[in-house]
Amino acid sequence: MMISQFFVLSQRGDNIVFRDYRAEVPKGSTETFFRKVKFWKEDANAEAPPIFNVDGVNYFHVKVVGLYFVATTRVNVSPSLVLELLQRIARVIKDYLGVLNEDSFRKNFVLVYELLDEVIDFGYVQTTSTEVLKSYVFNEPIVIAPARLQPIDPAAIFTQGAKRMPGTAVTKSVVANDPSGRRREEIFVDIIEKISVTFSSSGYILTSEIDGTIQMKSYLSGNPEIRIALNEDLNIGRGGRSVYDYRSSSGSGVILDDCNFHESVRLDSFDSDRTLSLVPPDGEFPVMNYRMTQEFKPPFHVNTLIEEAGRLKAEVIIKIRAEFPSDIIANTITVQMPLPNFTSRASFELEPGAAGQKSDFKETNKMLEWSLKKIVGGAEHTLRAKLTFSQEFHGNITKEAGPVSMTFTIPMYNVSKLQVKYLQIAKKSSSYNPYRWVRYVTQANSYVARI
Amino acid sequence: MAPPAASQRYPSPSQPSGKSEVTDLKSQLRQLAGSRAPGVDDSKRDLFKKVISYMTIGIDVSSVFGEMVMCSATSDIVLKKMCYLYVGNYAKGNPDLSLLTINFLQRDCKDQDPMIRGLALRSLCSLRVPNLVEYLVGPLGSGLKDNNSYVRTIAVTGVLKLYHISASTCIDADFPATLKSLMLHDSDAQVVANCLSALQEIWSLEASHSEEACREKESLLSKPVIYYFLNRIKEFNEWAQCLILELAVKYVPSDSNDIFDIMNLLEDRLQHANGAVVLATVKVFLQLTLSMTDVHQQVYERIKSPLLTLVSSGSPEQSYAILSHLHLLVVRAPFIFASDYKHFYCQYNEPSYVKKLKLEMLTAIANESNTYEIVTELCEYAANVDIAIARESIRAVGKIALQQYDVNAIVDRLLQFLAMEKDYVTAETLVLVKDLLRKYPQWSHDCISVVGGISSKNIQEPKAKSALIWMLGEYAQDMSDAPYVLENLIENWEEEHSAEVRLHLLTAAMKCFFKRPPETQRALGIALAAGMADFHQDVHDRALFYYRVLQYDVHVAERVVSPPKQAVSVFADTQSSEIKDRIFDEFNSLSVIYQKPSYMFTDKEHRGPFEFSDEIGNIPITPEASSDIVPQQFEANDKDLLLSTDEKDDNRGLSTTGSAYTAPSYDNSNISSQMQELAISGPATPATTQQSSFDFDDIFGLGLSTAPAPALTPSPPLLKLNPRAALDPGAFQQKWRQLPISLTQDCSVNPQGIAALTVPQSLIKHMQSHSIHCIASGGQSPNFKFFFFAQKESEPSSNYLTECVINSSSAKAQIKVKADEQSTSQAFATVFETALSEFGMP
Repeated sequence: MMISQFFVLSQRGDNIVFRDYRAEVPKGSTETFFRKVKFWKEDANAEAPPIFNVDGVNYFHVKVVGLYFVATTRVNVSPSLVLELLQRIARVIKDYLGVLNEDSFRKNFVLVYELLDEVIDFGYVQTTSTEVLKSYVFNEPIVIAPARLQPIDPAAIFTQGAKRMPGTAVTKSVVANDPSGRRREEIFVDIIEKISVTFSSSGYILTSEIDGTIQMKSYLSGNPEIRIALNEDLNIGRGGRSVYDYRSSSGSGVILDDCNFHESVRLDSFDSDRTLSLVPPDGEFPVMNYRMTQEFKPPFHVNTLIEEAGRLKAEVIIKIRAEFPSDIIANTITVQMPLPNFTSRASFELEPGAAGQKSDFKETNKMLEWSLKKIVGGAEHTLRAKLTFSQEFHGNITKEAGPVSMTFTIPMYNVSKLQVKYLQIAKKSSSYNPYRWVRYVTQANSYVARI
Repeated sequence: MAPPAASQRYPSPSQPSGKSEVTDLKSQLRQLAGSRAPGVDDSKRDLFKKVISYMTIGIDVSSVFGEMVMCSATSDIVLKKMCYLYVGNYAKGNPDLSLLTINFLQRDCKDQDPMIRGLALRSLCSLRVPNLVEYLVGPLGSGLKDNNSYVRTIAVTGVLKLYHISASTCIDADFPATLKSLMLHDSDAQVVANCLSALQEIWSLEASHSEEACREKESLLSKPVIYYFLNRIKEFNEWAQCLILELAVKYVPSDSNDIFDIMNLLEDRLQHANGAVVLATVKVFLQLTLSMTDVHQQVYERIKSPLLTLVSSGSPEQSYAILSHLHLLVVRAPFIFASDYKHFYCQYNEPSYVKKLKLEMLTAIANESNTYEIVTELCEYAANVDIAIARESIRAVGKIALQQYDVNAIVDRLLQFLAMEKDYVTAETLVLVKDLLRKYPQWSHDCISVVGGISSKNIQEPKAKSALIWMLGEYAQDMSDAPYVLENLIENWEEEHSAEVRLHLLTAAMKCFFKRPPETQRALGIALAAGMADFHQDVHDRALFYYRVLQYDVHVAERVVSPPKQAVSVFADTQSSEIKDRIFDEFNSLSVIYQKPSYMFTDKEHRGPFEFSDEIGNIPITPEASSDIVPQQFEANDKDLLLSTDEKDDNRGLSTTGSAYTAPSYDNSNISSQMQELAISGPATPATTQQSSFDFDDIFGLGLSTAPAPALTPSPPLLKLNPRAALDPGAFQQKWRQLPISLTQDCSVNPQGIAALTVPQSLIKHMQSHSIHCIASGGQSPNFKFFFFAQKESEPSSNYLTECVINSSSAKAQIKVKADEQSTSQAFATVFETALSEFGMP
């Protein structure tokens, strides 16, 4: 289970850090890796898989914020272990640097080397806990200003819309001190749900799934114990065949298909009162991941029509309706639809008075794109497009276009109805009252309507 | 440890060579080396950072080695760490300079601060300079006894590093024994975990020449050691837990209580958020229950949900690793996942490597109950913008059709694909229709009427064009314009760039000629002339051969080129079950990702802790063992016959061009050898296909041993069993209750079989390779009881249920057969008995 080398490459293939732990892999592995990934042969537009073998050397990589985190080994190791490790290394580095990107990496590479030496020794993983690493690592991070950063993780979306959230929190290093010299006592609990829905051409739901995470980031000093209470009517486990058991009660309870927990979580009273207790380690980590296929109300209804309108013309109408309460606002919505291959031009007609909307036809991949800054709950928006074709077409035009896919983010809203009822911090002093942020967000993972 | 050598020695032109910068650094470092001025550490930090940044981008800064060492006299730990990093990087290339560092590293190993002791010891062991090993033993010895656990953790790994530099020094200092005692007594979990990984590595390497190491390695798998680890598994961090679980996989439990104890201890590991921990646990569960069929099934049911959660909770890369394992399980036990098919639907934004896996899984789990939904979903993908995935989806539909579920509806769908008029869709579909016709000639009427409507001008891809041409030749009688379409194509011979297509044209023209001579005569003449003038050797040879055999006797030619067809029963592009089992044994390793056993992609020393076949009686499949050359050869032969035609030609091209080039003239013997060659590899030669497929069935159906097989099989027609038969235990029980016993028979088991029966699982595997599947087994020596089921290849609804009781002391077996179709139960019993009689044979 040992790895031979670890390195991070930029998008252009430059070495950002490079560490050889066992000197078993011939030099030049970074070039070999980069060439292979850049020119993955089998299909022109196919991505290289995360694991491949070149001349007996196994290359593993994960892509984080456009950087390649790579490990090599000659041993037949557990693939999950190495990929999990790479992802974890990225997380640890982010905990330290506050933000993860090429710039912060280059400014802090000595610190990164220091971390890497403690994370892996002679190819064997020692620890990936930011908490544990804190006592071995001495370099101070050089924190770069988060203002000009791209959002890189689900939590980062909180920095955009909702004003009540302290935007810088999630990009704060767990070790660096505030410029003011004191640390704010605070803890973030984010309930992030990614939803996948496929609508059939007649509009009914073919598949739906919620993949949720309760993510925690603690800046509390002295590691107090924390209790999180979830819905009391939470049920876990419905095997493929036992659905009917729950049918009757599906009106009220939240039923998760399955879930898993971070190793720090203790489940002593989970069965009786649905509380999780843990001493949160430093850094960001998922307290619990869950999966749900119970029916839920999709936040958007999509209606698409494509019709021929003359010899070389067609018309597309896309209607989206927000099916959530009017005090909730979805943001950064994009709608995409592949148009027939022989489309040469598209002209758009937005609804009168439309603000914050943009529409575009991407000639190269024949893609219709419609973006909306925000959608208020209950609202309906329509886009009309007139297409011009370069050649005549006989046949079923709906087979040539679609499906329509959507991406969006809905802060302070979650479809599963899973809730954190309370967040208790056990600490003696009565004056101790740290900031607690419990935030919800729903994002589209794969939101597709067939036409 | 250094960045790649190329860029280190020869910096690329775009980068500064760094020469002047390095000289600059050198003098600055020199100035600071002796200084004790306040703030000097800060200036040193800046300089050290520069040095290390040059090192990272590939500039050679080894020339400042001396200065760096001089500057290392500091109490600043950040500086020290940078210095250690630098030294570690360049020591190997500069052994003389390394000597300089020994002094200060040894001094630091005795520092008051445990952090410095640890760091110095780690650097010391990382120098990798063989002639310095003598300096390691002392500090390592005291490091292992250090009262600080951080130092001990580093010392333990240090021992392993020492072993790799000089094994004898490590063994002579008796370090392994020290590690063993630390492993069993240290209070720190990470020290214990490092001892375990170090000892596993050392003893595995020593085991080849030391019996003692072998014993020690075995002792790690003893019950007390295993339970020592498992009982305190939660004290370890997640990575060390994986290590322990990998160890537990190799443990051979004493009885079923032992098995359940371990499973209960590990049950909650399946809820871990780390996929590596979950997969390692799954592996333990699967391996422990291999011999307990019903529990094994429960394990599948139990692990399904956690694995699906992991697929959707991680990054795409992590999901890929988990999905690959699910893929393996799905292919192994499709019926368990049959109701979960929706989880394997593709999402539009998934990377194509994930989509490909999902398509294969959907293909595998398609059965009577879900085929309609799955095929409907796949048809949606066929219109996908991602053309590669659209193609894969169409192929998946075809594969499902070849699995015999709902062929009728699927043929309709395929024909609808042709109506979509997209080039790549048409191309893929044509290839599929061709394969379908080879398996189900009864569909020719429907297919041909649609295929006939396709204009050959719209088809450019060689594979698709070949498929169309093959159909034109094969069904010339049913397609009214076949001779004219062929003639058209032949007239454009010069513009046809693919040799594969030209080969097909020749054969199709021949076949068409036999069926409709007057209309085709002219086209065939042109084709033969063009073929014999072709620059491509294979095309030339085939044209010449056709010409001569026609000249010799037209009827002989017809018998060779266009004999009556026989439907292809099995497309043998699937992996052998031995290979699949091998991959299953290597669960939670790269073998699963690459879908190959480890011997195919790693050299022996790197197969790692996952290869445990030496310890447990698995079926050995070393490539050199003669026993498995047989099936491999067979696979190859079979491919020639039954794989899609283009691959055949590829093979043929490779294997035959050599001989063709050495033959200067075409005398008789040469032609006859060509004829043979052609007959074996040509797409249009079912005469040999027929014969060879009998061969194939002989071997496949009746096993690998050649001698006893004919004796044991009398004359009755061979019963073909469905290798992918599926029956759930409930249905089995119901049937077993309903059906009468149609046959009871006694047979004997050969002594090798009885010996192999010590692992009952091996019989199950063996029977499975004969398409007879075990549904339940039990018993203790000398009495074993197995329930098997099998299905008729041609009629999935025709099941054979068998109870088989084996007495290992008398080497006798009694079988009771129940069958849906009683008339064939004797035939089945024969197949069963033959298969059983070969059990244990090499």
